[in-house]
Amino acid sequence: MYEGIVQDLIDELGRLPGIGPKSAQRIAFHLVQTDPADVARLSQILADVKDKIRFCDLCGNVAEAPRCRICGDSRRDSSAICVVEEPKDVAAVERTREFRGLYHVLGGAISPMDGIGPEDLRIRELLSRLADGGVTEVIIATDPNISGEATATYLTRTLAPLGLRVTRLASGLPVGVTWNTLMR
Amino acid sequence: MPLYRDEAVVLRTHKLGEADRIITALTRGRGKIRTVAKGVRRTSSRFGARLEPFMVVDLQCYEGRNLDTVTQAETLAPHGDAICRDYTAYTAATAVVETCDRLTEEGEPATQQFLLVSGALAAIAAGEHDAGLVLDAYLLRALSVAGWAPSFLDCAKCGAPGPHRAFNVAAGGTVCPICRPPGSAAPAPETLVLLAALLSGDWVIADGSDPIQRREGSGLVAAFLQWHLERGVRSLRHVERA
Repeated sequence: MYEGIVQDLIDELGRLPGIGPKSAQRIAFHLVQTDPADVARLSQILADVKDKIRFCDLCGNVAEAPRCRICGDSRRDSSAICVVEEPKDVAAVERTREFRGLYHVLGGAISPMDGIGPEDLRIRELLSRLADGGVTEVIIATDPNISGEATATYLTRTLAPLGLRVTRLASGLPVGVTWNTLMR
Repeated sequence: MPLYRDEAVVLRTHKLGEADRIITALTRGRGKIRTVAKGVRRTSSRFGARLEPFMVVDLQCYEGRNLDTVTQAETLAPHGDAICRDYTAYTAATAVVETCDRLTEEGEPATQQFLLVSGALAAIAAGEHDAGLVLDAYLLRALSVAGWAPSFLDCAKCGAPGPHRAFNVAAGGTVCPICRPPGSAAPAPETLVLLAALLSGDWVIADGSDPIQRREGSGLVAAFLQWHLERGVRSLRHVERA
């Protein structure tokens, strides 16, 4: 619809998750009208993300060094590992300020329909971490949906022979609801 | 906007935007539908849990220009919980819903497929039979309903009364020595008896079968399915067999 580089920018923005054609057009024209210094800063950050960001060798979280900030913190409790699906889940658990242990990012959940089986996740790396015997509790914090629950079931079964304490995040009725609003 | 209400089995879901999902479901009366469930990924969603795969629900939707939108959902059979507590059952149930998704078309009523898939999921959730056997029984019957019924007794080509030893996927089942194409498989006679039992629903024979025959039978069923769908069912590779 537009010519040259403006259309290229709209097309590229439209490939991002959650950005439709209208949003892509709005962002593109915002960038066209924005101060050049702001655009330069944005483009530098985008370049840096690909250059500097990697995945932690130990837990699979995003990091700027071989070890992420959490794995490199000696004050964290290394006897407990919280297993999550994605790096963004680490941030969600950290926001609670309740958990002082370490994390392990699986890189997704078991979803056979999408061709993702246990061997496609970082389960082998988790078993390697548990092999040294320093971990006493594994908290499985996969998403509370069917694939997350199935992944938790698989992990529980796989970890059972190790004799560790394997726990799940609690779930239940939220405080503030009334009984008559609950439906089957 | 016109509203409609129907029983449905949730086959799969896709994330949409920040908090929505696209739900693919097979309904009893309308065939396969794709609907938007708004806000179901938020913790405050009242019906997000009911729209997970394997759930049988009473859906109310309103028709949109491209996709319909779910306005209400009530649980009829919560198979999801029982299935995802057993990993073997989960892998089998996933293959069931993926096959159902592939065998049905949007806007074409498929009541028999609806009854088959809801029955298969109920059987897997109940755990009364081996999940792999239920899966193979479902696959054979779903293919039969779709028009590709295999023959496990008489010759699939000339109809000569069986039993016959050779099995050929392209021919449609067992074949007599005269019709036997080159490269036909020669499964154990007990395997063909097992497959015939799964197709007809004879669970006494199926439950009493040997693991070797079950493994051979599931291989033949997978090959038969792949031949007719012209593309593999991705979940089958991940199914855990007892």
